[in-house]
Amino acid sequence: MLQERIADLAKFVEPDRVRKEVYTDPQIFEQEMARIHEKVWIYCGHESQVPKPGDYYTVQIGRQPMILVRGKDRKVHVLYNRCPHRGNMICGDRSGNTGEFFRCSYHAWTFQHDGKLKNIPMMESGYQGTRFGRDNPDCNMKKAARVEGYRGFVFASLVADGPTLKEFLGESRIAFDDMCDRAPGGEVEIVPNCFRVIQHSNWKIFLENQLDALHPSVVHQSTGRAAHEVEKDIAKKTGKAPLSYHMLSAFATVTIDKWDNFQTLNYPHGHCILTGYMGLRPKDPDTLAYEKVMHKAYGKKRTEEILGVNIHHVLIYPGLSVQSPLQQLRAVRPLGVDKTLTEIWHFRLKGAPEPIYRRSLAYYNLVNSPATLINADDLENFWKCHQGLSSDGGDWVSFARFHGRDIEKPGGMVETGPNMGTSEAPMRNQMKAWAQFMGGNR
Amino acid sequence: MKGGASRLQLQHDVEQFLYGQADLLDSRKWQDWIDLFTPDGVYWMPADPAHQHWDGMPAIFAEDRNLMTVRMKRVMHPDAWSQRPLWGTNHIVSNVAIDKVAKNGDVTARSRFHMMELRRDDVRHFAGQYTHQLKKTKDGYRIKLQRVDMTNAQAAYDYVLQVWV
Repeated sequence: MLQERIADLAKFVEPDRVRKEVYTDPQIFEQEMARIHEKVWIYCGHESQVPKPGDYYTVQIGRQPMILVRGKDRKVHVLYNRCPHRGNMICGDRSGNTGEFFRCSYHAWTFQHDGKLKNIPMMESGYQGTRFGRDNPDCNMKKAARVEGYRGFVFASLVADGPTLKEFLGESRIAFDDMCDRAPGGEVEIVPNCFRVIQHSNWKIFLENQLDALHPSVVHQSTGRAAHEVEKDIAKKTGKAPLSYHMLSAFATVTIDKWDNFQTLNYPHGHCILTGYMGLRPKDPDTLAYEKVMHKAYGKKRTEEILGVNIHHVLIYPGLSVQSPLQQLRAVRPLGVDKTLTEIWHFRLKGAPEPIYRRSLAYYNLVNSPATLINADDLENFWKCHQGLSSDGGDWVSFARFHGRDIEKPGGMVETGPNMGTSEAPMRNQMKAWAQFMGGNR
Repeated sequence: MKGGASRLQLQHDVEQFLYGQADLLDSRKWQDWIDLFTPDGVYWMPADPAHQHWDGMPAIFAEDRNLMTVRMKRVMHPDAWSQRPLWGTNHIVSNVAIDKVAKNGDVTARSRFHMMELRRDDVRHFAGQYTHQLKKTKDGYRIKLQRVDMTNAQAAYDYVLQVWV
């Protein structure tokens, strides 16, 4: 049964619809981990998370527990979190500093930051003539096959062959360019806090929601309306409400019919971009002060180019959702077919004035914290989606909206047509990539 | 003995206030709960127990009365989908320790809480420490700062928090 179904995975995806088992079948999930997450480039962390030698964070790539660590050589390494001796996990904490070397808590084997064996207690006396010894690479902590960074954002791939990170990201690189370029210094720095929220639904349900322009005015009506009322109230009293109220009220004031005005851009490998809708370039004194600093760093023309980039979300398939103008990202870690962890980080624009940091921090706290005013209702829907898809009430998930009216561009980019921002093109694009990956094509 | 008696009275008053605060949450009297705060009062749940200031830091909650009002209106909106299923909380507040009493009667108090939450068929437990900065007014105490340090602040949240703890 399994082989039959897996062999026929292509049949699970049609251009405008997908079989429900793609979201609910544990065997398909295992195949996804093996063929997608444990092969393609997966986001591990940011360089500034591990500034000092020995600093580490543990991170999950597919089903593999990994360690992101800063070496004495200043390089960032990504290692399997496993001792080559008996398989013990090396780092039991989420993060910390391992000191000069890793030391296994079971038999005290020690390893360099790049995973190379440093010492085994009583090594000389006990391993002569055995398969273990310093010269045997099997005695090292295994490294991720490939580690590459782009503008400080570190990715790893667990297989040796395949496109480079830059090739894989393609046009979705704009997520990191847009974020970093907005810093007068051209760099961002992590805010050392990770909000982690578990969703009881398949990982793809979250990804598809990221560029779903049909849902905000339905799902987030309650918060949008509430924020709009308070926003008006504050404006009446003090002249103008802080921008954070607008960020929340836009969920309701941008009504469902207006969403067609925006656009999605869909790229090879499943990456997609949703253009901006919040209008995050007000003319308040804080913004003007920031623009002044930007002019100094880049000149007027380049500043206009940078601040003119109008993006809401960049989805980097299969596990990263970046909101570059607000300097935050969500890494999606599938824990099981119906369980998904999101790790949510915020970044500071190096060299930008404090109020600009605080503005995006407000969004991070209000929208992305575990007391989110927005995602509570998303998560409710994701759970309901997963429940419904687990039933025999139907076999398909539909992505039919504006199907057949997408505009294909050279290089594989698919644009939604004019006034078709609510097209389900991003979901079709993600599933097209999914089918390619599952067929063994990277 | 007079000092001892007034100390007992103070302990009693602060305890009653803290119990009342929790009771308003459990009985969903949101506006009455918000009205416990001073005009510049803040409800703060730090992301990290080491954080010292509510402002300018990542925080699970960092809400003034305006933001509290947004949250209240959201929860009460008929289309707050996540609030549709059966939902309720039960707080226990205990271990009340008064750390500071100012000349004007303002108080800083620490206490422990345990909140059980039912949502649909799922029960969750949250526990931690409250730190209250209470302002003494002619109408009784008002909250200048309610700091809520969840024991599991750093752990992954299974689903999210919709209202104040």
